[in-house]
Amino acid sequence: MSLRRTLLTTRRILEQLRHDPRTLALLLVVPTALVGLLAWSLTNQPGAFDSIGPKLLGVFPLIVMFLVTSVITLRERTVGTLERLFTLPLTKGDFVAGYAIAFGALALVQSLLVSVLSYTWYGLAHQGVPWRISIVALCAGLLGTAFGLALSAVAHTEFQAVQFMPAFILPQLLLCGLVIPVSQLPSVLRVIAEVLPMTAAVHAITPQQSSPYYVGQFAIMIAYILTALVVGAGTLRRVTK
Amino acid sequence: MDNSDQPTLDVSKLRVVRNRNEILKSVTFRALPGELIGLLGPSGSGKSTLMRSLLGVQAITGGSVRIMESDAGSPSLRGRLGYMAQTSAVYLDLTVEENIRYFAGVLVQAPSEVARVMDVVALTPFSRRLVSSLSGGERARVSLGVALLGSPPVLILDEPTVGLDPILRRDLWRTFNDLAGAGATVIVSSHVMGEAARCARLLLLREGTLLFDGTPASLLDASGAPGYDEAFERLIEGDR
Repeated sequence: MSLRRTLLTTRRILEQLRHDPRTLALLLVVPTALVGLLAWSLTNQPGAFDSIGPKLLGVFPLIVMFLVTSVITLRERTVGTLERLFTLPLTKGDFVAGYAIAFGALALVQSLLVSVLSYTWYGLAHQGVPWRISIVALCAGLLGTAFGLALSAVAHTEFQAVQFMPAFILPQLLLCGLVIPVSQLPSVLRVIAEVLPMTAAVHAITPQQSSPYYVGQFAIMIAYILTALVVGAGTLRRVTK
Repeated sequence: MDNSDQPTLDVSKLRVVRNRNEILKSVTFRALPGELIGLLGPSGSGKSTLMRSLLGVQAITGGSVRIMESDAGSPSLRGRLGYMAQTSAVYLDLTVEENIRYFAGVLVQAPSEVARVMDVVALTPFSRRLVSSLSGGERARVSLGVALLGSPPVLILDEPTVGLDPILRRDLWRTFNDLAGAGATVIVSSHVMGEAARCARLLLLREGTLLFDGTPASLLDASGAPGYDEAFERLIEGDR
């Protein structure tokens, strides 16, 4: 791997996004507006936003980065840029790491924006540590990026790539504790939910837990990120049959 | 040391089978530095598969493909082959300059190379335009510009003139001639037989079989046909 080529790839991806203000707006403004809408809708239920709001900060980056990465990577495969890159001295690691850094940075900006507005304008009174929320959001963004890279190999069209969201993301959304607390799920679903990456993201935001608990949740997320990045890199083929 | 008689491309009994279809059937040819070779044949004849085999991105079933004394696809060849695919294979949501600068960076080329290449493909006035806003011909030139980065000794250009107007096509062929004149081995594929006259040497491919390998003049002589379309038809009939 080459740090220079990785960072060149990161810069190229960020330049692409700079020329695409709609996607940038979707990445940054939509999650902020949705959390604001949630805060507003829960105005008459004291404490409700303080409970649900932070969890969304761990969910949004995963969903948004999954969608964006799977579509953009699929485009690289279908328009021929990936094949061209693989005739050049660019490794799979450079390519995957370039994406991870670019979208990780975006996830961080997204989470900072949502966090700052939540703690100020939206009136969030969360007992957790704000910096931990940012790190969880960064991990969630990297999770979305890594899964998007890996699953884009299975899709043949951008329409199919988008269809992976209900298949891959929605079950996690239902089980992560956002709708029903994980402890109240049927025993089989509880076991499954406890090892899902989105559940780990939500748990890592839950306040007043022990340090080993948080370390365990971050370990789950990092294991998923690394595994999905390796799988994602493995799906990139220099030679096709 | 003069390497002009050392083949840059050495393809021997190349076979490619994909989804149980034999796409290339024992194709053999060599190419020298400075040759401008037209790879001609109808759509589906195996031209793109042959070109992808030269690049090393197509798995081969049999035979061998050697490029500058290395097996096709070897890490040592990455960046030494200029490639232009049928699709433009550049980023539509980047400007012309950003595209060329990115690929130049991957190839570790100096910034001056970006300006040189944009000048060669006459895209300097469009440098700040998004590729998505360019015409098909202009996009093809961006793709060619990327292929020319670093002046690679071998250029593999897959149907680079398809859909272009006659003036632009003429200008591109002049560029290909100049590159071959400078010592590069240039392979240009086309399904338009009329482009045969622009090449120094022709490879005619049909259904994965190399029907002819020689100069345009020898093709006309051998077939006794008045034009290249007729010559190709006679070759096919003779092959049946």
